[in-house]
Amino acid sequence: MSERIYVFKLFERFWHWSQAGLIMFLMLTAFDIHGTYTIFGFEKAVAYHTIAAWSLIGLWVFAIFWHFTTGEWKQYIPTTEKVVAMANYYLFGIFRNAPHPFKLTQLRKHNPLQRLAYLGIMLFVGPLIWVTGVLYLFYDKWAVWGFGNLSLEWVANGHILGAFMMLAFLIAHVYLTTAGHTPLAHIKAMITGWEEVD
Amino acid sequence: MKHAFTRATLVMCYAGWLAAVGPVLADEPTPEAKPLKLTTTADHTKFKELQKQFNSGPEVTKVCLACHTEAAGQIHRTKHWKWEYLNPQTGQTLGKKTVVNNFCISIASNYASCTSCHVGYGWKDANFDFKSEDNVDCLACHDTTGNYKKPPGFAGNPVTKDTEFPPGSGKIIKGIDLSKIAQKIGKTSRDTCGACHFNGGGGDGVKHGDMDTSLAAPTKDVDVHMDAEGLDFTCGTCHSSSSHDVAGSRYTPTAQDKQGAHIRGKADNGNPATCVACHGNGPHKKDARINQHATKIACQTCHIPTYARGGIATKMVWDWSTAGKRDAEGKHIVRKDAKGHITYESRKGDFTLAENVKPEYVWFNGLVTYTLITDKIEKSEQRTPINTLGGSPTDGKSMIWPMKVFRGTQPYDPVNKTLVTPHTAGNDDTGYWKNLDWDKAITVGMKDSGHPFSGKIDFIKTEMSWPITHMVAPKEKALGCVECHSKDGRLAGIQGIYIPVRDNNKLLDTAGWAIVLLTLLGVFGHATLRIVTSRKH
Repeated sequence: MSERIYVFKLFERFWHWSQAGLIMFLMLTAFDIHGTYTIFGFEKAVAYHTIAAWSLIGLWVFAIFWHFTTGEWKQYIPTTEKVVAMANYYLFGIFRNAPHPFKLTQLRKHNPLQRLAYLGIMLFVGPLIWVTGVLYLFYDKWAVWGFGNLSLEWVANGHILGAFMMLAFLIAHVYLTTAGHTPLAHIKAMITGWEEVD
Repeated sequence: MKHAFTRATLVMCYAGWLAAVGPVLADEPTPEAKPLKLTTTADHTKFKELQKQFNSGPEVTKVCLACHTEAAGQIHRTKHWKWEYLNPQTGQTLGKKTVVNNFCISIASNYASCTSCHVGYGWKDANFDFKSEDNVDCLACHDTTGNYKKPPGFAGNPVTKDTEFPPGSGKIIKGIDLSKIAQKIGKTSRDTCGACHFNGGGGDGVKHGDMDTSLAAPTKDVDVHMDAEGLDFTCGTCHSSSSHDVAGSRYTPTAQDKQGAHIRGKADNGNPATCVACHGNGPHKKDARINQHATKIACQTCHIPTYARGGIATKMVWDWSTAGKRDAEGKHIVRKDAKGHITYESRKGDFTLAENVKPEYVWFNGLVTYTLITDKIEKSEQRTPINTLGGSPTDGKSMIWPMKVFRGTQPYDPVNKTLVTPHTAGNDDTGYWKNLDWDKAITVGMKDSGHPFSGKIDFIKTEMSWPITHMVAPKEKALGCVECHSKDGRLAGIQGIYIPVRDNNKLLDTAGWAIVLLTLLGVFGHATLRIVTSRKH
């Protein structure tokens, strides 16, 4: 009845989980720095946040290289096909036990909504966080780099906005992992690489 | 031939060995060897001129000037001598001779007491001869014995014979031997500078807050540079002087030093007493971000976490308006707190003292404008500034500086609307500290300072700012980030800069958490629906 497809390759799984861990740690330290709570305290939180940020930048360099050399970047090309069907499924179908409108294959491992969401994260939230974050890190170099007129307040607020959006994404993303044919199916697939499809 | 060569070589080698070892073997103490004074080429104990009885300070000075011919002339040009300073930035004539503060207020009519800290002899009234060379006091700064004293009331003269003071009091001031002191003169020290500067305001630590007798031999924690068991800086290490002119000023402080570290051979007429003069403008090697902080924040702000750290309290508030009370027998009252600090004196009023005080912080560009006795002042809810600090976040010259803000209530003339200069010290009928009579004290004092007095007396609230710059803590004790990167942190009142955490945008936070909350709600709602509907199927 069901077949198994190998969708997530080893590097991809390594990338995903390292990134997940780093982002969650970045979140933890971010709101510590922000003053929402105190776990490490501002000074240590800044130091850890910086280390984690550089680690993630390093990971991204490898991930970007991997995506382009393997052609996997195409997985993120947005499509309007079945977007409405997917939305319908999440809004109505899922409650009626309707069939999943998207057939997953190795070449199309993300459903259309996932593609849009991930692309949005990669094209908007990600750059917002990285650009503001790197500027924040190199605040002392602004004058040398010719950004003397940049406002620290705007950079900081941009970074904070990015953090809130990333947190919202994280919540939705984690929840939607349970929307497979069993609640843990997607997570299993992300660990083993093999997704069971009907 | 060959033999001869070998022998010659051997002899030469042996001679070389002897030459190398000889001095080591001969290194026994010779009878002529004597301890060398490494810091000076002259041993003043050998000077016949100093081996005699001196009955007064000027007698000593005459002898000094016989060799150090230009010394008095150099002193004559300094603030230490003139107690007068023309601030080129504001055009104001300042100096102890002129300014009015909210401690003991003014030296006018109180010379004999105040001038015990003058580098001269005999300044007992407004007619002191500032051209006199013999009246320059060399010993005040160059004493190394610690025995040199200039008691208040003697117009800057040391007491050389046992003297009853005040006359009829039965209190004897011991005479000191100026000959021994003069023979042992040397460089200035923390003790000589401190004799006056640690005791500014009339007592240990009273005035500055960052200077008191704990700096005579401080621990590393109290002052990392002066640490008596470590770097052991004297005052002069930073306040290096040339031609007797000591660097550094509270009238024209260097708020921002862009010149960088002073280097030999580099033309540099900047203030050598700044932090930057040694440390340069990028001293934080590990974290460049801290150097960025240092473009707007004075070193002192982070590196002097609190002042009055040496166990000696500094005066924070002085209320003259409550002075003058007497006990049931009509005598002066003195009240002390549990630690022995005087909190009330009939002569002076109420005091508040404090140790380990967190400074207040302001933008400061080095421009200090005084409220002089010639300036009109208005009594209001706001305190009248004794000195007004220039500075703003945008003038490009200001840094965030730590300050001791000294608050007082002092007499003023409500008709002429000026501060007043009361006659306080003095064993006479008009001195306030003796007779507790403001009318007499202010009338005499104002006559001395040469300013009109209406005869009406009121009290006015004042404040005076003292830049904090001494008592630099070891780097481990510098302020941590959260001292400022927090709500209600140390820089809560500083305008014009964005400080992460302090300036978190409320709207953004509300919107951000709303997005997160809505996502959570959506997720929970969706999940609940899924669970409910899956049961139906």
